[in-house]
Amino acid sequence: MAARALLRVPQRAKRGEVIEIRALISHIMETGFRHSERGASIARDIITDFRCTYNGAEIFRARFYPAIAANPFITFTTIATESGTLRFEWSGDNEFTASESAAISVE
Amino acid sequence: MRVFALLLAVAASLVHADERRSGYEFMSRSTQAMQDDDTSNPAMLWVLDGEALWQAGKPSCASCHSNMSGMKGVAARYPAMSSGRLMNLEQRINLCRTEKQHAKPYAYESKELLSLTAYIALQSRGMPIAVKDDATKGKALYEQRQGQLNMSCAQCHDQYAGHRLAGSTIPQAHPTGYPVYRLEWQTLGSLQRRLRNCLVGIRAEPYGYGSPEMVELELYLMSRARGMKMDAPGVRP
Repeated sequence: MAARALLRVPQRAKRGEVIEIRALISHIMETGFRHSERGASIARDIITDFRCTYNGAEIFRARFYPAIAANPFITFTTIATESGTLRFEWSGDNEFTASESAAISVE
Repeated sequence: MRVFALLLAVAASLVHADERRSGYEFMSRSTQAMQDDDTSNPAMLWVLDGEALWQAGKPSCASCHSNMSGMKGVAARYPAMSSGRLMNLEQRINLCRTEKQHAKPYAYESKELLSLTAYIALQSRGMPIAVKDDATKGKALYEQRQGQLNMSCAQCHDQYAGHRLAGSTIPQAHPTGYPVYRLEWQTLGSLQRRLRNCLVGIRAEPYGYGSPEMVELELYLMSRARGMKMDAPGVRP
């Protein structure tokens, strides 16, 4: 099944307001340090990059590493400047990509 | 004087009305906050998959159970007798799958089965647990000492509930939130997976997934929690 994501972006905000953004995505985040029951090493499979753009302009970026738990949850703040779209992009091992967007209206 | 004594008795019974606490109440505030918000509760990722599966297959779940509100309270009533045997929710889903959809049953702890269970359990959120069947067999299993440590479920979860086992508080074993996203597992899991953890912990041979013993135990735990509110799908440490 494809990756699922859950976002929390305020639908409405005042111009200049600090808004909290949350993004949760389903991913196993296999560290690459584990072994199977038969001793074979399990290949690393993690998300390595997260990016958030606000009307095309990048406002947040993060690099993920093997120590990050499965189904990574990320929260950050930004300033509501104008109405538009926040776009969230995740990418990682095995050509993993996922994206999701949310609309915000700023008064 | 007699009236006063009576009032005192009533007051005392109110104080002791319900000392049962769900696992939720033993959790840290941050874990509770994680469960309370549907955009931070990772179990909701499985609910999204469950919602998609509900519409999939021929016939789909939705084509028979057209109104999802009809699934309200279902998870709170299982395990229950169905087709002449005691079944938990997972087995009931698989029965629909084999008999109505003519498809292979989902494996225990498979993503599909957990997703559907989570989606159905969500419909009972806030509703009181209302299992009906006789749980005598499950009670006997619950009180049975077993394993190399020779312990019963009751010893920890009745006698020592609220005390500590290493760093964690021992909860009262009320399964209000299953399937749960367990932080230790980093995934969603069924009540049976949790029971197997406990059995391995006391170094007993765990009952198989879907075995009659497991379902009887599930029924007993649900009957102990009768009337408590469901908070599935929950988050647990």
